[in-house]
Amino acid sequence: MIAHTIFFYIFSIIAIISAIMVTASKNTVHSVFFLILDFISISCLFIMIGAEFLGMIMLIVYVGAVAVLFLFVVMMLNVAQQKNQWFISKSSSNHIPIGLVISALIFFELIIVIGGWKYKPDLVQKENLYSSSEITNTHSLGQVLYTDYIHIFQISGMILLIAMIGAIVLTFRQREGVKTQSYIKQISRERSEGVEVLNNVAFRKGVKIDE
Amino acid sequence: MSEIGLGHYLTLGAVIFTIGIVGIFLNRKNIIVILMSIELILLAVNINLVSFSIFLNDLSGQIFTLFILTVAAAEAAIGLAIIVVYYRNSGTIRVEEIDKLKG
Repeated sequence: MIAHTIFFYIFSIIAIISAIMVTASKNTVHSVFFLILDFISISCLFIMIGAEFLGMIMLIVYVGAVAVLFLFVVMMLNVAQQKNQWFISKSSSNHIPIGLVISALIFFELIIVIGGWKYKPDLVQKENLYSSSEITNTHSLGQVLYTDYIHIFQISGMILLIAMIGAIVLTFRQREGVKTQSYIKQISRERSEGVEVLNNVAFRKGVKIDE
Repeated sequence: MSEIGLGHYLTLGAVIFTIGIVGIFLNRKNIIVILMSIELILLAVNINLVSFSIFLNDLSGQIFTLFILTVAAAEAAIGLAIIVVYYRNSGTIRVEEIDKLKG
């Protein structure tokens, strides 16, 4: 149990520091790297408390897909020379104390809620969602996900499809002056406009195309 | 050192949530950092759901974490696409210079 405690503190301190560095680092690329570090440490925490499947999914989805997407966009948009201007603003810097006050209020509200939180006295667990210790976490998640939550699962698939189509439609750009193949034109050519049949061609005179 | 309980994980979630909100408020750089702060907030929500799910021995929290993961991925993709289009049109993604809506 002491190892659990030590590892919890190590991973959570790494997570908090890297979360601070995401917002505070000078370079946006460094922010993305700290975001990756944050996701990795949080997924280590998930694996530690017994949610192995979600920890691995966090690694695959966030680190493997989302963070790399962020990295691509940061490198593509050439924002490296837009250096950090934290707390240094020419105009309207009165939003910083307001933001700090609101953030502190939210934090203390959350801490008060956590400190005064108790289990409901007559808490009854649902049988079908009970995670038994005989089968693995992934197995029990799969048993619930594909039976009780199948509609929500398919709707989330539809959300991903719509997001993919939306991203493609948003960033798609038709360039001017680029010669491309037009399949519609090629397929819809008729014989009459492609081939001309000449009658009465003289022997050994040839055909002039321009006429 | 005391044993790690639910309160520790909830406190960690609260701290990361607050850092995300501070990142949204105090950002003077580009919008991409704001999107990353939103990802941090969703991560804090995921921490809360997973820790409740483990300590209450109820799997539905982890199921909902999966769906939050899906929505977060979709949101990141759409948001980054919008940022790319905006950068292509106006040449900047600095927070101060995005004032076309006069908000």
